[in-house]
Order: sequence, then structure tokens, then C-alpha cells
Amino acid sequence: MKLTKILAAATLVSGLATAAVAEDPTKVGFVYVGPIGDGGWTYQHDQGRLAVEAAYGDKVETVYQENVPEGADAERVLTQMALSGADIIFTTSFGYMDPTNNVAAKFPDVKFEHATGYKREHDNVSTYDARFYEGRAILGTIAGHMTQSNKIGYIASFPIPEVIQGINSSFLHAQKVNPDVEMVVIWAYTWFDPAKEADAAKAMIEQGVDVILQHTDSTAPLAEAAKTPGVIGFGQASDMAEYKPSPRVASIIDEWSPYYVKRVGEVMDGTWENGHSWGGMAEGEVVIGEITAPVPADVKAEAEAMVAAITSGEYHPFTGPIFKQDGSVFLAEGEVATDLQLVQMDFYVQGITAEIPQ
Amino acid sequence: MDLSAINPVVLTASLMVAATPILLAAIGELVVEKAGVLNLGVEGMMIIGAICGFAIAVETQSPLLGFIAAALGGAVLSMLFGFMTQVLLSNQVATGLALTLFGLGLSSLMGQSYVGIKAPSTPSLNLGPLSDLPVVGKILFSHDLMVYVSIAIIAGVWYMLRYTRTGLVLRAVGESHDAAHALGYKVIRIRLLAIGFGGACAGLGGAYLSLVRVPQWTEGMTAGAGWIALAIVVFASWKPWRVMIGAYLFGGITVLQLNLQAAGAKIPVELLSMSPYLITILVLVIISSDRRRAALSAPADLGKSFHASL
Repeated sequence: MKLTKILAAATLVSGLATAAVAEDPTKVGFVYVGPIGDGGWTYQHDQGRLAVEAAYGDKVETVYQENVPEGADAERVLTQMALSGADIIFTTSFGYMDPTNNVAAKFPDVKFEHATGYKREHDNVSTYDARFYEGRAILGTIAGHMTQSNKIGYIASFPIPEVIQGINSSFLHAQKVNPDVEMVVIWAYTWFDPAKEADAAKAMIEQGVDVILQHTDSTAPLAEAAKTPGVIGFGQASDMAEYKPSPRVASIIDEWSPYYVKRVGEVMDGTWENGHSWGGMAEGEVVIGEITAPVPADVKAEAEAMVAAITSGEYHPFTGPIFKQDGSVFLAEGEVATDLQLVQMDFYVQGITAEIPQ
Repeated sequence: MDLSAINPVVLTASLMVAATPILLAAIGELVVEKAGVLNLGVEGMMIIGAICGFAIAVETQSPLLGFIAAALGGAVLSMLFGFMTQVLLSNQVATGLALTLFGLGLSSLMGQSYVGIKAPSTPSLNLGPLSDLPVVGKILFSHDLMVYVSIAIIAGVWYMLRYTRTGLVLRAVGESHDAAHALGYKVIRIRLLAIGFGGACAGLGGAYLSLVRVPQWTEGMTAGAGWIALAIVVFASWKPWRVMIGAYLFGGITVLQLNLQAAGAKIPVELLSMSPYLITILVLVIISSDRRRAALSAPADLGKSFHASL
């Protein structure tokens, strides 16, 4: 029968084709918490994915899944990716911590990289993070100089150490240049909800806040700030350049490309090892976007000098004396916070009046 | 805690803005459900409205054309639901859910080239001396056109359902499609019109998000507003003015909790964050505690398919 012959040939050919494909490229998976089009956090991770493709061309194949809820769904997505032959999977949100470790236990040959977490229960799990507090120090300095009302606002996502570091770092540096400054914190309990972020920004502005920092991923707070003259904000995670020159006067950019390219390369040549990576300005993972005209030249120069000092390792944003909110000593004069102290940070520094939700 | 930082007048004005998207979507869904159709695709129609409105407003630089396009976009998408459920008699719950998923996907496809673009601003209406009145001026006369349109739609729907023949026919179709059919009313045509109206309202609500409240386009920006609109219809026991109360209550608590946080209120944030949902559940429980009344207020043929030969 002719037909069976053709079918058999077709099966053979397609079988060969899949075998050839399966052998060759390293398959890299990415799990995103929001849409790529968020213009912030997820967008930057996807830029990192594209950098991996650009760096290795045909030798890699990348797959990604957007809008994956943190929790049981993430486990399902991860299992699916691992089953479909991924060699390394990057899970790009704090809430994927347990799902990542759970799935890693089932697929010892697949490498897992979890962003912003700390659990590495298996040999095939690594964690990576960026020292966002370094960038927050710069934004805090600018905020302290720029505020007219002496009230700056921080739209926070979840009460985890990374966010608390950001709040403390920006407040400390705002206070350093402006001792009268007050910090208003709103916990949005979301990483991405444009309407809620806009409402939070609005509530702040109505209460006299004129500089808004955000730790949520959409550009909505900037759009809200744009409605009231004199209110400024900062790009978060990505440059958010469309709000230049004002209300966006600077930005803190997450640059994951160097890390992703490095780690995928290590998987390809077999030198990948698990561990924790915490890069900052020095590694090029935290970048401050262009500081625009509404910021006076001397403030801009001060901010740029601080970027240089942090990059060279000369200055650490958490250098004592720093007191906790209750007045007890966190760091003595000249003492520098250890990484362990930073990743366990669960208190506000002195001067912030609000309380951290438990 | 410095509660004096919260200005009740400003708060009231901003809760009206925060509530308008769900208000619009909910009043549209109310009409649909009054006609006996349960369309769970509100979220999908809202987000299609959000992107259609945003795209057209950006291209033409006219927010008004944007809103018209949003209403059309929402209505067109709802016709897909209408065709499936009314003509092909598919299951309404499943079709509605599918519509939401479809709308979310389609909108992010349509919005690919609109990420990070600014919308033309929608000006507040200039009502002259009225806007300068103390208290009342800020609360009632300082909004953009759509806030007034949304209230006008509520009033119109209320009047239509209560005092007009059209309203009576619509309710008849929702209460007993067989009886309405026996009387010679075109059940399917009436339901399709109601579905279209619901889609248009949801579209307007979505566009209000992307053109006024946020204002920008981001994927998934409705973030569950459509589901809240659905809950508000039940909360309102299918009565137009109660939809408004429900929407403003929900919007009010949302805005209030953010303001309380900003003012440094010593109330656990978790409690504040869930308060809108807690109060919604609480009110639902209170309303439905009298089972007979709750059952009476829902249209009797809600969610049932109709076929003339059955």
C-alpha cells in the first residue's frame, strides 16, 4: 500500500527531525508573574531572555509563560516545562519559591533558578537577586532634595525583606539630605494591578505627597502623578522612558541580561553549580536611568557621585549609624550591614512612623 | 495616626472615579441578567473595551471617539456570546468564561503596539460656578463626562425597567421566556439586544480604566474588575440604584483603605486590604439571609437556554 509507505516515511522523517532538534539546543524556560507588556518587572526579565537568544543564537531555545499565579498553578507550569525538556528554568518572582523547590525535587537533571528567593533545598536549585537597595539609595537622595511638602510616598507590594530594604534605603538617604522628610507607605498587596496602583498614588497625592517611589510593576503611578503638576516619580524595574522628563525624573532598572547569559552559558558547558548570586551596580544588574531636567544639576551630580561610589564598592547604602524604628541600634558608627542582616530585614529604620504588616 | 489628612470631600470625589468602571459594567450586566441571560464574560468585554477605546483615542486623539469605539468593541464581542448561547444554545456559564479568556488574550494581541503610549487626557467638564461651590462643587460638579454618563445610564435603566413597556417586555423574557414567547415576543432578539447593551456598558467601563482612571494600556489591566461587577449585580438584587450604591460602596472602601494606610492608621493592613471583599461578602450574606426574598429578586429564567420548539 502506497499510503502506509508514505505515512511510515513521514513518521520516520519527523522522528528524525525531532531527534535532531532535541539533541541540539539548550532549552531555557522562563516563568513570568505578569505580562511581558507590563513595562516593568516582567518586561525586563524578558529582555534578559532575548539577550540569551541573541548571545547563543541557534544553540538555545527559549520558552516562557506569562501571568503565572504564585502558588499551585506555578507548580503545574513548572512541571510542564520540565517535562517538555527544559534544561534550565528561571522562575522570576518571590512567590515561586516553594513551587520551584517542589518541582526541582522531581526533576534532578533540570536546573532551576529562582529570583529574589532564599530557599535552595536541592542541588539543582539556585537563587539570584539584585541589590535593588543600592538603586533605592539614589532615588531616595533625589526624593529628599526634590520634595516641597517633605512627604514622600512608597507604594509597596508585599512585606518581604527585599521591599523593606528598599523602603529603608530610600528613606535613610532622603533623610540624610532632608532631615524633615516623612515617608508614607501604602501596601498594595500586589505586584501588578494598574488600577490599584493608580488609586494608591492618588490617595498619596491627596494627602500631600509630592514624590512617589513605587515597588509595584506598572506605570500607573507615574500616569497618576502626571495629572498633578509638581508631583514626580521614578521608573521602576524598567526605564519607563515614556514619562520623561517629568513626572519620571529617574529610574531604577533591573538588568538581568548579564546573569542570564552567564548562567545559560554555564549550563551549556557543564560548569553550572548551585548557589546564590546577589549582583548590584558593580555587576551591572542595577542601573539608574537618565536623571532628567526637573532635577537640579547639583542634585544630579550628587546622585551620580553616589552611583560611582556604590559601583566602586567605596560606599554601602547601609552604613552605620543606623537605628531601628524602636530606637535600638541596628548598625554602629561606620559598621556596614552584612548580607545576612539585609536578607533578614524585617523592621523599619528610625523615623518611619508606620508599622510593617505581619 | 493623622486622620485629619484625609479630606472626606476629596475622598468622596475620588471614590466616584474609582467606582465608575465597575458601575458601568455592573449596570450592563444587570440588564443582561434581567433578560434571563447570565454572561460571565464581563471581564473579557471590559478589557476589549479598554484596548479598543485606548487605541482609537490614541489614533484620533479624541477620548470621545475612544469611548464610542469601546462601546462598539464590547458590543461586538458580546455578540459572539449572544450567537453561541442564543442561536447555537451553548451553555451560558461555559461560554461566558470562555469569553473572558478570549477577551483577555485578544486584547493583549491588539494592544501589542500600544504598550507605553500615553492617552490623550479626558478633561473634566467645566461647569463654571457650580464646580466652585464648596463641598458639593468638588463632589458633584468636578468630574469628567463619563461619571455623569454612568449615573445617567443607571437612571435610564431604572426608568426603562420600571415605567416603560420595553422594560416590562425585557423582564417578562427574563422571568419566563416561554410565557413571553407565547405572547408573541421575540425572546432571542430581545436577549441579543440586552447582551449587546451589556457588552457596550462593559466596554465603556473598560475604556474608563484605560482612558481616565489609570490612564494607559497594560495587559490584564482590568485585574478582576469584571468579576466584582458580577458580584455587585447580585449584591444589588438586580435593582439599578442599588447597583450604584454597591459600586460606590466597593469603590469607597477601596479608596478609603488606601487613604487610611497613607494616613498611617494603626489598623492591620491585611484587614484593610480585604475589607472591600469582606464587606461585599457580609452584605451578600445579609441580603440572602431571607431566602425567599433573594430567590424572588433573581429573574426566574436566569441562565436557562431558550428554544422556540422546546
